Amino acid sequence: MPVISYREALRAAMREELKRDENVVIMGEEVAQFNGAYKVTEGLLKEFGPKRIVDTPISEAGFIGLGIGASMLGIRPVMELMFWSFSYVAFDQIVNNAGNIRYMSGGLIHCPIVIRGPANGGTNVGATHSHTPEAILASHPGIKVVCPASPYDAKGLLKAAIRDNDPVYVMENTILYNDKGEVPDEDYIVPIGVADIKREGSDLTIVAHGRAVITSLKAAEILEKEHGVSVEVVDLRSIRPLDEETILASVRKTHRALLVEENKPFCGVDAQVAYLIQARAFDDLDAPIGRVSSIDAPQIYCKRMEDLQLPYPARVVEAALKVLA
Amino acid sequence: MDDKLTTVAKSTAFTHPESLKRPAGPSEFAQHPVNAALTSAEKIALYTKMVRIRHFEQRCIRTYQQGKIGGFLHLYVGQEAVAAGTISLLGKNDHVITGYRDHGHGLMVGMSMNECMAELTGKITGCSQGKGGSMHYFAPDKNYWGGHGIVGGQAPLGTGLAYAVKYRGLKGSCLAYMGDGAVNQGAVHEAYNLAALWDLPVIFVIENNGYSMGTSQERSSAHPGCLAKRAEGYGMDWDIINGHDVYEVRAKTSEALKRAHEKSKPTVLEIFTYRYFGHSMADPDKTYRDKEEIKTYRETKDPVFLFEKELLLAKVLTKELVESINQSAMEEADAAAVFADESPDPTVADITKHIYWEEDNRGPQTTSRGTIIFE
Ligand SMILES: Cc1ncc(C[n+]2csc(CCOP(=O)(O)OP(=O)(O)O)c2C)c(N)n1
Ligand SMILES: [Mg+2]
Repeated sequence: MPVISYREALRAAMREELKRDENVVIMGEEVAQFNGAYKVTEGLLKEFGPKRIVDTPISEAGFIGLGIGASMLGIRPVMELMFWSFSYVAFDQIVNNAGNIRYMSGGLIHCPIVIRGPANGGTNVGATHSHTPEAILASHPGIKVVCPASPYDAKGLLKAAIRDNDPVYVMENTILYNDKGEVPDEDYIVPIGVADIKREGSDLTIVAHGRAVITSLKAAEILEKEHGVSVEVVDLRSIRPLDEETILASVRKTHRALLVEENKPFCGVDAQVAYLIQARAFDDLDAPIGRVSSIDAPQIYCKRMEDLQLPYPARVVEAALKVLA
Repeated sequence: MDDKLTTVAKSTAFTHPESLKRPAGPSEFAQHPVNAALTSAEKIALYTKMVRIRHFEQRCIRTYQQGKIGGFLHLYVGQEAVAAGTISLLGKNDHVITGYRDHGHGLMVGMSMNECMAELTGKITGCSQGKGGSMHYFAPDKNYWGGHGIVGGQAPLGTGLAYAVKYRGLKGSCLAYMGDGAVNQGAVHEAYNLAALWDLPVIFVIENNGYSMGTSQERSSAHPGCLAKRAEGYGMDWDIINGHDVYEVRAKTSEALKRAHEKSKPTVLEIFTYRYFGHSMADPDKTYRDKEEIKTYRETKDPVFLFEKELLLAKVLTKELVESINQSAMEEADAAAVFADESPDPTVADITKHIYWEEDNRGPQTTSRGTIIFE
């Protein structure tokens, strides 16, 4: 199987979908002539031309709203946000318009829009550019949110998102763009709402999404080598819909759960996951649920401190040992 | 099928409006009252400030290349006359706010190179204690309100600062700077309308350097001739300015300031300028403009060099003085780099400081209850 980067996997998903469906349009700042601020859309303008690959002004509320409107009439726009942090100037479009139109029309109107781009900290760019809004957005019924952690999932989830008939927001991570992994050449999708066991284990379940999955896998290695603990890592992949059964099955097997995410703790994704576990697997738990998230403050600029603000393997190991104690 | 959906808009070289073109030579604004009023010492001080911005920025490149500055670093080299010309006119009730290309404005309002450099390397001695970074400088004690990373977000804030000045009955203003790409943010248009509707003493300064990242101005903006002219839709006054001539910047900005101070009216100024380096240090700057274009600007329109020539001709500056001003600016920038190197990082405990006033000022006056910072 070809080994490609997370970035190339996203690009492959868009290429294949642009070929498959003439209604797919890629839009965003610097996506065409500049080949993408992070080069995710590199080469697409050359291959598909300016009708399909469109540079926009710095008008997120305008062009994302336009994409939502166009999707109502059958276009399948894939909008790139240079950073999900910039979605905040388009919040009304993203939440009120895309998220509610189907419901408020009694099911008459569909909104098959995809918005994608990086949503992560860890790159030393300060508070305004380091938001991770998956929990905020997933809290709105009507919206789907996915957070791929591997190249395989990036391609499969983005393709599924483009084919989906509801708004799907794909949150990527600039730190993962160069990560490599096996990705099939042929057409496949990763169904939205199916979690993935990224590592099997028997003593502890770690639930994570996005780059926290990679951090957790590193922690799991350390826990096995240095502490003889067998850790199962559940990658949510999709925040909403949430694969509750996979989480519960894993916890019922290991009887201990640690939740890891890069969000700030208050109302993070894991607040919902923790509720789920205690509500449906309370009797299976041998210890209180543990949690690791970012230190609760706006993102600090200083890189050395930002690295400590985010979850990192040693912190996950420490938290895991507490749950196992 | 219409051409706009199917063809790539062709980018032509960035040029200034015809009306701003004129033969090289001494500035025709040298005798404008605000410039004629300057003493030789004040002219030298203005030149020195432009030189300091340039050398600071160039020192930043080295620090960045040494791996000591991460994230984004947006340089102001080429645009010095904009911040220098406009800010040199300001008084005690005039305020400044800008986007992420904010070092030049910071130095102009009087921030030290030390605190600016230390902020870039994330040190506790930085202007924002290593919390803001390159895009988020602040010095409210010098009427400098940032340093804003989200394009266009500062326009309503600047309008609000002007509102506060007016509300408090002060004769002042706020200069709200933005780029030629930022003018397409909805927030900017909402701010325009509020400023005009409520007669607020705000001056929107568009620093038109021809590009927003890799997008040339003509690929990003529909306008009736120039970006400033959009002001007419709101009944606001506007002007265009050659931003390579610091005297012209001062002359025309002073008119807008008069309008703000005396009539509490807003203005949109579009200042034509040019950036020599990529959008940020992360931009390889290879695809969207010609090397030749950059060279032409550097050689024929450099704002620092043009002002230097002007002052040499007027015998305000001498070659020796130019040398020594440049030398000490370089030394000051080098010393700032050493200061930044030797300064300590913030600590983990610092991460949760400065989130809430009450958390930082616990005492009898603390009134709110409950958990506010979470584990
Ligand atoms: C809302 C928002 N969208 C996109 C960006 C990314 N971005 C930062 S600067 C920039 C270009 C701005 O260009 P311009 O306004 O011309 O200012 P210049 O960089 O030339 O000073 C873009 C797209 C951002 N910071 N905020
Ligand atoms: Mg610009």
